[in-house]
Amino acid sequence: MVVVILVVVVALVLVSAGVFFGMRGSVRSKERGRVAGEPPASPGESPVSKHAPAPAVESVAPAPTVEELEALLRAPSAPDVVVTPEPPAPPAEPEVLEPDVLERPRLRDRLGRTRSAFSGAFGRIRGRKIDDDTWDELEESLLLADVGMFTTTRLLDAVRTSAKETSATEPDELIALLRDEVVALLSGDADRSLRMDAGEANVWMFVGVNGVGKTTTIGKLASQRVTEGHRVVLAAADTFRAAAADQLGMWAERTGGELVRGQEGADPGSVVFDAMAAATGRGVDLVLVDTAGRLHTKSNLMEELKKLRRIVDRTPDALKEVLLVIDASTGQNGLVQAKQFAEAVDVTGIALTKLDGTAKGGIVLAIQSELGIPVKIVGVGEGVGDLIEFDPAEFAAALFSED
Amino acid sequence: MFDALSDRLDGIFSKLRSRGRLTERDVDEVSREIRLALLEADVNVRVVKAFIARVKERAVGVEVSSALDPGQQYIKIVHEELVATLGGTTGKLTMSAKPPTVLLLAGLQGSGKTTAAAKLARLLKSQGLQPLLVGADLQRPAAVEQLRVLAGRVDVPFYSEATDPVSVARGAIAEAQRLGRNFVIVDTAGRLQIDTDLMDELKAISAAVQPQNTLLVVDAMTGQEAVNVAEAFNDAVGLDGVILTKIDGDARGGAALSVKEVVGKPIMFAGTGEKLDEFEAFHPDRMASRILGMGDVLTLIEKVEATFEEDEKRRAEELLQSGRLTLEDFLEQMQQIKRMGPLQNVLGMLPGMPKEVRNAEIDDNALGRIEAIIRSMTPEERRRPELINGQRRMRIAKGSGTTTNEINSLLKQFKEVQTMMKGMPGLTKRAKGGKKGKQKGKQKGPKMPPGFPGGGRPGTLPPGFPDLEAGGGLPGFPPR
Repeated sequence: MVVVILVVVVALVLVSAGVFFGMRGSVRSKERGRVAGEPPASPGESPVSKHAPAPAVESVAPAPTVEELEALLRAPSAPDVVVTPEPPAPPAEPEVLEPDVLERPRLRDRLGRTRSAFSGAFGRIRGRKIDDDTWDELEESLLLADVGMFTTTRLLDAVRTSAKETSATEPDELIALLRDEVVALLSGDADRSLRMDAGEANVWMFVGVNGVGKTTTIGKLASQRVTEGHRVVLAAADTFRAAAADQLGMWAERTGGELVRGQEGADPGSVVFDAMAAATGRGVDLVLVDTAGRLHTKSNLMEELKKLRRIVDRTPDALKEVLLVIDASTGQNGLVQAKQFAEAVDVTGIALTKLDGTAKGGIVLAIQSELGIPVKIVGVGEGVGDLIEFDPAEFAAALFSED
Repeated sequence: MFDALSDRLDGIFSKLRSRGRLTERDVDEVSREIRLALLEADVNVRVVKAFIARVKERAVGVEVSSALDPGQQYIKIVHEELVATLGGTTGKLTMSAKPPTVLLLAGLQGSGKTTAAAKLARLLKSQGLQPLLVGADLQRPAAVEQLRVLAGRVDVPFYSEATDPVSVARGAIAEAQRLGRNFVIVDTAGRLQIDTDLMDELKAISAAVQPQNTLLVVDAMTGQEAVNVAEAFNDAVGLDGVILTKIDGDARGGAALSVKEVVGKPIMFAGTGEKLDEFEAFHPDRMASRILGMGDVLTLIEKVEATFEEDEKRRAEELLQSGRLTLEDFLEQMQQIKRMGPLQNVLGMLPGMPKEVRNAEIDDNALGRIEAIIRSMTPEERRRPELINGQRRMRIAKGSGTTTNEINSLLKQFKEVQTMMKGMPGLTKRAKGGKKGKQKGKQKGPKMPPGFPGGGRPGTLPPGFPDLEAGGGLPGFPPR
């Protein structure tokens, strides 16, 4: 007990001193040892730009030589489950880059009756006049969808205002107004396409907390892009989780993509480095970088992520997307996650996964409204085709569907 | 948006404090704040409703003892009720009379089943059991491989086969008997609770191996969905308990409360980090404080216990009793605190910290600079800082690569701490007595939950300790 008090005393002093000194900077915590040095510059053509720093600190695993890398890239991919073992083809016309939407499932087809956040509320508020209970029901419905108190209040305030303007008297009208507000909130002028330019290095990075589905999302995306005739490289920069690279490797095999990987426990930077060599190599259209799941509160791991991004950024304009993967069942912590990841690596969009459950994914409303990060893709099942584009109107419709 | 509940309640309670007893209106007002806090912690809306109703019922019209102010009274009820709800029945694993005991892990995709399986095996092994890890997740690519690797790391035998999950589970029992293992941990594929095929498969596995323990693995970051998940899994295979994972993040973990309330089964274990030994028995009281956004004194104490050697503790105790702190002692203590991890984390666990401090970005490098300054002093100067004149200051600044300004402020802070320590006579007494009964007698009223702000003295702080809340009033903390 006494020690605690002393700790308190000393901690207080240190803190006050630290704050007083106004010292800021990165916390150098070495508890994990996962922040390793920058990868060594490998011989041969390296994508290091002139101004980029290229310190040659020792790295855990030696980067493969160019020969090894090319051998890896040339290695025939064994098609397993899915068809389309595409031999490396040069990028076709830019039009082909547009994904074929028609064959993909649409959101509403995949989301059954369990989806509706409001089905219960409908029954309870319909046929009555609008009173406090009505508003409580609406509030509860939004909260149950993980929209969060802040955004819920904001939406309902907007509905209250427009209800007054239109002098709405029926609960049904309120629900319609609310749906409009949700669509308006989600729509905006957000660009939801995934950027990929023909004839350029295209790198998409996937980040997020543990267990949200980064590897699976990459697998599905790779499958789709390979089917469209692109040559795709999957980079296993998750060198921390046991067998994570094997998991991505299986996806590479299944989809006919190619894999870049390092040893388990190796510096993920070296994998990204190799991936960048692949990205700038001839004939590769897209590189998907899988990173280890990390909690946004671990500053050393977030530093590591920044470093990975810096390695990609050495090739100007190669990094087209940084996608934050968020599990649809995530609660209010999702907002904090998004904020922290956005600060660290400047997230360009969100991949919302596991929306095929009963989870409503309402947290993306909060994220869009507070941080302005648009949802770009949605995972709605375990099949490779179950990754679709995000459509605000359909998402709202699914929230409000009346079955 | 994610301000701790304590910050918001502070305002309300300061109004309440002047009154004698809780009126219904007071309770309503505070209840709204509690409701908001619970919702932000991802406690299910319906669970929140029921919970608030329960608390209100207890709070209104309760005889308020003159020793307690209404705010204290109310938050005490809330905290007690939360602990009761989260704890309740104790979570002990059931051992089979006829070995092996079988434990089945189930949950959504990505909740952390595979990692939890390995961590649990490690924990059980350290308790003298002989676990066998079974990879029955044939769905996710490389899931079996992941568990195989982890099993190797915790040095526990591993079993799987490339057939189907039910056969794997069945084969595992036979394998356990053959190897003489007395505890079988079956990792299953993640599945959505509405996926009937996969839920049927889970039922089949459960029927085949008849587990004594079926644990649901729940991610602490889960939102409102937790309730549906828990209900569905409980209906399908009958849960015995819950493992809450990833609580090392900053999610408040309201899912724990929701799940407990809905299925009534205890939360047995919690995953507290990525390393395989970061897994422990669940502490309801800590979770309650966390959900309410209070400090976590208990974890802090535990950390101190783990970090400080016995003789170091004794030394610290002597130091406190003497009430005299020199810069030398200070340096020594500082190094020990550094061992406890990043300062920010330690700070987060301290109760009643004003918001400014809790949210302040603490740079651990500052410790290094303070250290450098002290190390640049002569032993005599460390013992008697008043010796340090302008010339010495210059020398120290040069030696430590800092400025005289920094040295000045350090000395000033230090002086304030010294004064503060001298003003803690009660401390010395308690350190000697150190008995719980004595503490209780001294306290004004019933023991407050740890870390409750403004609730008089939380049990851990001695009388005479400066009021941490008063005007952001850290001792020596510059006014903002």
